[in-house]
Amino acid sequence: MTWQDGWWAYAFIAIAGWLATDIWRWLGVIAGNRLRDDSEALNWVRAVATALVAAVIAKLILYPTGVLEQSPLWLRLGSVAIGATAFFLLGRKPAIGIVTTIAALASGLWWLGF
Amino acid sequence: MKIDENGQSSVVWFLTGMRGLFSLPAFILMLSFVGFCSLTAQAGIPPEQVVFMTGMVWALPAKVILVSSMMSGASLAAAFLAVSLSSVRLMPMVAALIPELRTSKTPTWLLLFLSHFVAITAWVFAMERVQAVPRDKRVAFFAGFGITLVVANMVLVGVVYHFVADFPPIAAGCLFFLTPIYFLASIWHSARHPVVHIALLIGLIAGPLFYWLVPEFDILLAGVGGGTLAWAAERLWRRRKEIDA
Repeated sequence: MTWQDGWWAYAFIAIAGWLATDIWRWLGVIAGNRLRDDSEALNWVRAVATALVAAVIAKLILYPTGVLEQSPLWLRLGSVAIGATAFFLLGRKPAIGIVTTIAALASGLWWLGF
Repeated sequence: MKIDENGQSSVVWFLTGMRGLFSLPAFILMLSFVGFCSLTAQAGIPPEQVVFMTGMVWALPAKVILVSSMMSGASLAAAFLAVSLSSVRLMPMVAALIPELRTSKTPTWLLLFLSHFVAITAWVFAMERVQAVPRDKRVAFFAGFGITLVVANMVLVGVVYHFVADFPPIAAGCLFFLTPIYFLASIWHSARHPVVHIALLIGLIAGPLFYWLVPEFDILLAGVGGGTLAWAAERLWRRRKEIDA
């Protein structure tokens, strides 16, 4: 059976998607009732959680799917660098960093003839 | 007007939470969902399954990993493991939010139910704004925002799916890129502890490094290894500052 077959696709999403994410949310509720907000343990958990998300972000930028798969790596990294520069120079507002990065990427893609 | 905070019903605060749909974080998230739609359309996943996935999984990085597992024909166990590893961060996120939301009377089943609506956007939004809400109305406020955001994005995904295939390549590429950039900017911006900044930078380097070394367990190793390194470095730096002071 593959994921395309009717009910199996929904079961697949429910088990590998819903259960795999909500387990952590439920554990979070249980831990949230116990973990003190100023504890060193929570500080470590926070660092591990952030590094996990950062690894996902890096993979999306370095190994994208779809249209961007054909785009050069220097364009993607360059767009992020330009966006990060604007973000830090202009008051650290997320909107500024996001708009600048996307504008740089769009200009690059257009220039390369996408 | 001398109507005190307790005079306002939970319904009013639920509606106030709903209005959060018209905020910048919600707007960016919806654009990211349009990008996610484009990804699933290119992957050939039918729209009903994408809507189902949006409601059931909700967290965007987990869905991106679920879709890539489905595309690569991964087994159920492998997909479950990959999605679980990417979602570990939900536990500390929820754990940090719960003490802000609950009162001594809030039933645990209600918190378990509401925890489903936690993902990066709702978490950032709630951590920022919940301080201005009276404590006994915070659950209603968060429920209003969280549930509305999920339902709105399920509708959005169902409608937009039929149009994304015709998007010009530049638009599809930019929408895909919106997701990682949005996460990057919002995590940096909303971080209240220095350890988050250090962990973010180390994780960005550790992710590709471990992908190159041990591709099967890259995310887990980058998270535990990079996070522990960030925690130790920040702790050392904090200790040194305390001694100097």
